[in-house]
Amino acid sequence: MFGLNKKDTTFLLIVIALTLFTPILMQPFAEGSGLAQFNGGYPDLMQKVAIFGIFAVGFNILFGLTGYLSFGHAAFLGIGSYAAVWMFKLLTMNVIPAILLAMVVSGIFAAAIGYVSLRRSGIYFSILTLAFAQMCYKMAYSVLTPLTNGETGLQLSLDDPRVLDGASEGHSLPVTNIFGLPMNASYKLEALGHVFTFNVGFYFSAVIAIIAFYVAIRLFRSPFGMMLRAVKSNQQRMTYTGLDPKPYTLAAFVISGMYAGLAGGLLAAMDPLAGADRMLWTASGEVVIMTILGGAGTLMGPVLGAGVIKYLENIFSKINEGVLHQWFSFLPDGLEDLVIWIFARFTGEGWHLTLGVTFMLVVTFLPGGLIEGLKRLNKRIKGGSKKRDKYDDPDPEHRPEPGKHVA
Amino acid sequence: MGILEVKGVGKRFGGLQALGDVNLSIEENTVHAIIGPNGAGKSTLLNCLVGKLIPDEGSVTFAGTSVLGRKPHEINQLGISRVFQTPEIFADLTVMENMMIPCFAKRDGAFRMHAIENMEHEAELIAKAEKMLSDVGMLEKKDMIGSAMSRGDKRRLEIAMCLVQEPKLLLLDEPTAGMARADTNNTIALLKEIKETRDITIAIIEHDMHVVFSLADRITVLAQGTPLVEDTPDNIKGNPKVKEAYLGETQQV
Amino acid sequence: METILLQLLNGLDKGSAYALIALGLTLIFGTLGVVNFAHGAIFMIGAFCAVTLSRLLSLSFETIDPTKVDFLGNPAKIKTPYVEAWFGHDFGGALIDWAVPLAILFSIPIMIAVGFAMERGLIKHFYKRPHADQILVTFGLAIVLQEIIKYFYGANPISTPAPDAFKGSFDFGAMLGFDPNMIIYPYWRLIYFGFAAVVIGAVFSFLQFTTFGMVVRAGMADRETVGLLGINIDRRFTIMFGLAAAVAGVAGVMYAPILSPNYHMGMDFLVLSFVVVVVGGMGSLPGAVAAGFLLGILESFASMNEIKAIIPGIDQIIIYVVAIIILLTRPRGLMGRKGVMED
Repeated sequence: MFGLNKKDTTFLLIVIALTLFTPILMQPFAEGSGLAQFNGGYPDLMQKVAIFGIFAVGFNILFGLTGYLSFGHAAFLGIGSYAAVWMFKLLTMNVIPAILLAMVVSGIFAAAIGYVSLRRSGIYFSILTLAFAQMCYKMAYSVLTPLTNGETGLQLSLDDPRVLDGASEGHSLPVTNIFGLPMNASYKLEALGHVFTFNVGFYFSAVIAIIAFYVAIRLFRSPFGMMLRAVKSNQQRMTYTGLDPKPYTLAAFVISGMYAGLAGGLLAAMDPLAGADRMLWTASGEVVIMTILGGAGTLMGPVLGAGVIKYLENIFSKINEGVLHQWFSFLPDGLEDLVIWIFARFTGEGWHLTLGVTFMLVVTFLPGGLIEGLKRLNKRIKGGSKKRDKYDDPDPEHRPEPGKHVA
Repeated sequence: MGILEVKGVGKRFGGLQALGDVNLSIEENTVHAIIGPNGAGKSTLLNCLVGKLIPDEGSVTFAGTSVLGRKPHEINQLGISRVFQTPEIFADLTVMENMMIPCFAKRDGAFRMHAIENMEHEAELIAKAEKMLSDVGMLEKKDMIGSAMSRGDKRRLEIAMCLVQEPKLLLLDEPTAGMARADTNNTIALLKEIKETRDITIAIIEHDMHVVFSLADRITVLAQGTPLVEDTPDNIKGNPKVKEAYLGETQQV
Repeated sequence: METILLQLLNGLDKGSAYALIALGLTLIFGTLGVVNFAHGAIFMIGAFCAVTLSRLLSLSFETIDPTKVDFLGNPAKIKTPYVEAWFGHDFGGALIDWAVPLAILFSIPIMIAVGFAMERGLIKHFYKRPHADQILVTFGLAIVLQEIIKYFYGANPISTPAPDAFKGSFDFGAMLGFDPNMIIYPYWRLIYFGFAAVVIGAVFSFLQFTTFGMVVRAGMADRETVGLLGINIDRRFTIMFGLAAAVAGVAGVMYAPILSPNYHMGMDFLVLSFVVVVVGGMGSLPGAVAAGFLLGILESFASMNEIKAIIPGIDQIIIYVVAIIILLTRPRGLMGRKGVMED
């Protein structure tokens, strides 16, 4: 089905099913129960997971397949957001033209930046992309203020033209919508003592994410995907087979830039403002972390990574000392204080510490990411040696060769 | 007029004259060996032929077209395939994928996206790749990952990848270097079979005289960056100049 | 002429900091073949060493002075730093005043220990891993170090003054025979430049004139061969890591009066220092120093109003523009060698 083999089709159907039932799945604990903080903050969190999932899946097309580590992908996310907000300001609050423009503009930027950066490889490529992204960031703050509104960030205002929507009525800002259906509309359903919310914004992001994921599967399995893995594997052989690696890597770069632009456009569609902070290099680092954590070069890895990081970020930042006191009240006093002190360092404000530690542990002990961890676990449980899918097999051989030592 | 004409090629690296006034003509459908002691400039010459190095002077013409100033991938598209000293394959890809890439390169000629297409739709290329694999006796290994294979198999795969492109000229750079005796003999047998069954010109750089004399129709001896003599294998065997060139080397060692 | 000289001087202190950080980065890269994204965090820890020492020295106890009253009419509390009580008012006061330069001595053992711990505990396991993994794990480490500092010192910048003797500015122009009040230059910046020059000189002569340095240079050129000669290159490389950490650390200590230390200063400087290293040429020590000063000075020139009037915003992006141009025209950087990181 959909031009996929049986395994991929099942895979896609599972992802679709998970997405559709997210509002139910993500609220397993009744409101007000002690475990309610483990509920996925729906819909905000799930929107973020879908959007950053798109971002990471796109990044993986470049890094996972070709091995080129870009440290500047957040620039395309930011550019996408700016483009989308401009569409909201000038044309219409409908999100479709906005995300289309976001993809086109970031694609153009990716083509230009990629064309220059891809003339070098290895760490030089990483630094070049980083330099370009920092340039975009700094320019958004300074010279390009008329376009980006500098530090305040680009926002909607009442006197925007919005040619297609006509004159705005009333004194409140319009909301983003899809053909009249507002993004922030929710439909509530009460059942089994839970309140299930079905949010338009989430479903819109989810549908886009599924399409993006589907395209990525097709791309991974296509001859083009094979060529990209060939680039990672052996550029010399590729050249002497009569193929120039550059157009392939550039195409991968542009595609992943457009994925990032799409994610940026969606962020703006959920909340119509854009700031230069989205282009900061730590944001670029975040998408690298997501991809690696899940498993670079695997299909599911980046989505998993984005989900885990956004979920943990949400949960960990919400846990404060009060919550910890509730949990550990059964411990003797002195011990309780100690345990709470330790946990408090990693939660709430300390979320970044957890992120850093997790990241170090994963890179050190599980270079293939969580997908590899799950595989190992699965193998240990089953004990048998199942035939493995080469695409989802992050064995060490699949990773880029260690660079030549300093000669 | 041979298929490959090298005229007056010279190449310097700083103060070192690696090649000087090399003239070489390789006839179509022959096996032409280039031998010579270490440092004779064999690899430099080869690199000049495939576009990795650009000669300082002289001309290299392949089938009537100059290769000078062309990039390696363009030269390959003219019909020159190269086998490396250490087998260069796509180690992370399966044997079948390794074969599909040259098939695409041959058919498309240059970059094509094929991003949304399905691999299964390329029945013609798959059939071609499988035929080639069975010709070199590797069909049953088609799902193996490249890095998991023995050196001999890697070499066999590399040769198959070159042949599936139906090149006019196959360049072999010490194809048996570092191989066990059995692998060497297998490789010789494979090359002999290729020579007999296909319309192909082969240029081979080799150290192992056993390989050279069992394959070559003509031999060029290179010494100190310039051709010393070019003749048939039988005449080369008895040529005193060749002995001197090699003996000179042994004395230095 | 005066403006040019002024901008040149203004570029020196930033250039010095870039050069010092880049020197350590390239030293680690050249010897260990590791791309260290946590190097900026070491610079930051150095700056916080200065903060720590100045806080330690200012620790005080309170006494009540019955002869005076504060504005509420209560007996006034007088804070006396312990060091003043122990060493007398003059010497103790001087100690507090000179906290930042003293922190150099205080920081060196700390930074060397941090460097050893990093190398033995983490980096060692990444020698044979791909550069991407090295970047990623040290990036994670940088986040961790940054968060630890944030926990202990808070998120706000902590101003750390230079000794009174070096506060303020002087008329550098008048000293050189220009018109007075044309080139006003803060003392501390000049001190920083001098200090950086001394450190850079020390590192170079250490590598040039000691046996240890010779082995390390040989190791940078060809690690395997040196290993074959029966020299324990690994232990020496550990020491090099400690040295690189110490250089970045003291660079941070001395920078504290120029930029109030905050927990993310390391990351800010790291990105620029990486650009510096790449521009200078990966693994080239003179390249790192030259590129550090070059970019620092260029940045300073680009911030001149005359130039900003022609190309607005150029001061923000000049470093990146130069880096991109250099990388595209000289792929190995200004002084890079062939074969370094070209895969």
